Amino acid sequence: MKEKNRGLAVFTFLVFVFLLGPLLIISVTSFEGGSVLKFPIETFSFKWYENIFKVSMFLTTFKTSIIVSLAGNLLALLLGVPAAYALSRFNFKGKAVLNAVFISPILIPGIVLGFTFLRYIVTTYQLPIYAGLFIGHTIIMLPFVIRVVSSSLSTFDFSIEEAAHSLGASKIGTFIQVVLPNIKSGIIAAVMIAFLESFNNVDISVFMTGPGVSTFPIQMLTYVETYFDPTVAAISVLLMIITAFFMFIVERLMGLSYFTKR
Amino acid sequence: MALFTLENISVAYNKQNILQDFNLEIEEGKFISLLGPSGCGKTTTLRLIAGFLESNNGKFLYKGKDYTKVPVNKRNFGFVFQNYALFPHLTIFDNVAFGLRLRKASKSEIEKKVASVLEIVNLSGFEKRYPKELSGGQRQRVAIARALVIEPDLLLFDEPLSNLDANLRENMRIEIRRIQQELGITTVYVSHDQEECFAISDQVAIMNKGIIEQLSDPATIYNYPKTKFVADFIGFKNFIDFEDQKIHENEIELTKSGFTFIVQKNKANTSTDGKTGAIRPDNIVIRPLKESVTAGKNELPGKVKIRTYLGRSYQFIVETPIGDFTINQELLVPYQVGEEVILEFPANNMVLVK
Ligand SMILES: Nc1ncnc2c1ncn2[C@@H]1O[C@H](COP(=O)(O)OP(=O)(O)OP(=O)(O)O)[C@@H](O)[C@H]1O
Ligand SMILES: [Mg+2]
Repeated sequence: MKEKNRGLAVFTFLVFVFLLGPLLIISVTSFEGGSVLKFPIETFSFKWYENIFKVSMFLTTFKTSIIVSLAGNLLALLLGVPAAYALSRFNFKGKAVLNAVFISPILIPGIVLGFTFLRYIVTTYQLPIYAGLFIGHTIIMLPFVIRVVSSSLSTFDFSIEEAAHSLGASKIGTFIQVVLPNIKSGIIAAVMIAFLESFNNVDISVFMTGPGVSTFPIQMLTYVETYFDPTVAAISVLLMIITAFFMFIVERLMGLSYFTKR
Repeated sequence: MALFTLENISVAYNKQNILQDFNLEIEEGKFISLLGPSGCGKTTTLRLIAGFLESNNGKFLYKGKDYTKVPVNKRNFGFVFQNYALFPHLTIFDNVAFGLRLRKASKSEIEKKVASVLEIVNLSGFEKRYPKELSGGQRQRVAIARALVIEPDLLLFDEPLSNLDANLRENMRIEIRRIQQELGITTVYVSHDQEECFAISDQVAIMNKGIIEQLSDPATIYNYPKTKFVADFIGFKNFIDFEDQKIHENEIELTKSGFTFIVQKNKANTSTDGKTGAIRPDNIVIRPLKESVTAGKNELPGKVKIRTYLGRSYQFIVETPIGDFTINQELLVPYQVGEEVILEFPANNMVLVK
């Protein structure tokens, strides 16, 4: 028994090394003083962190990414919260199908989805790049919003709504006065998870961006195609910190069990 | 005239009828309980009255007006849920004030009414707490206060005490009855606890598979059940299906396999309606065989089959020529298994049911 446990411990350790090792290496390389990415580093400096702010394309694409993610997030909320509510509260024909449709963007490979968007949003309907990005990102955020909000609705007792209803509140009034305040943390978590999903997205954006308009991760790709300096490593470290911070908040609000249950 | 009436109501889930041609009339100020086994449709009936459920046909009349299509939030009925259903994000004060705010009451009016209703349920001083900071009994009292404060035309309870422990349950039911009588609010109460229903109701409706088998005051139900189902439900464990009956002036004479039974005429045993006799385990008298050699009228010879010690009394299952009977008796020297006995069925304790 004890032997077995030791085996398990070693295995767990290896998994951690495998998962966290690359992140650790990237973090270290970001502090390289020279102008070529290498590990281990020879001199220590913050200069590549400073460099992020000197490359103007990083700033513009960062703004684009933020705008697209926030606007898409808002629309995803406006569509996703009522959808989650309907899916969790009402029984209707085709509910299972609708559920599957809403979840499908998680299951379909991003590259396939990206190509589909390219085919329709860009080629067929010729929408401007911004509009295309906005729609594409809304679609990839929607399932996350629906799933997180649904999971917080599922722990909210339906009879509480009925109580409000019997005290004289209309259906909409009940939703606003009773349901929303009680799934607030779920909605905040949904916003954060969806934001990360959208902000970090490459596979959809790569199809949707075009001349003059790009998102932050795409800009990172473009950058490493031409430069070999550690700027992107520095960016990665910052993104990791932001992500960790967001996930910390989500964990506080909801518990991360959301990611392990289906 | 009845305050409200359910007329030929039908409710179905997934095309399966739960209530069919359901009828019920309640008079103003009365406390009525719906009592019955699990799944018989008590909650369904209550939710229909509240307006949470729609009927497929039939009518719900309130003060003679057709309320069938009136939505829940326009009915002004108070509903108390089994799991309290308090608003977790609001304080006790705001929970209770919820209905008043929707009715656009003024601030001073809200404060006055909330204070007075919290006093009625003995929760003054708890205004600033949140529901999770209260015990189960306190939460249920908040739920009652929240339903009362809107001065409902009808108060509906769905097993409000079933999540509380036995002691608290007894105190709370006295509270509920006191409040109901003080305010004179017509009340419909659902429970599957018999004692609870009998203790607090003016009228009890015994339900079975979506119909009301009997609707009477508690004592009548307890002593004079009309149907076999009701009798069984309230503890008449023994039944005799008689073959023949003769009606005399004050009594009815019945026979079964050559044994004769006399049953006194009373509130329940009036006509030829019932040919099944029902009697409680406590009311059959058990005697040693040697006292009378042959069994006379209202008597059966038998043999003890099973004996169980119940604490206060013994329970015997006795085998007789017309079937097994269950008898409870307080005895110092109990009968042994296999012992021959005589069972006596007192004429005033047997009830004839359908
Ligand atoms: N939402 C529903 N969908 C399908 N069937 C239901 C639904 N609610 C209740 N039923 C069925 O309707 C019948 C009556 O249910 P109801 O809840 O009225 O019973 P009850 O008398 O309140 O029982 P209990 O004492 O267990 O609460 C049951 O057979 C139940 O299975
Ligand atoms: Mg019920």
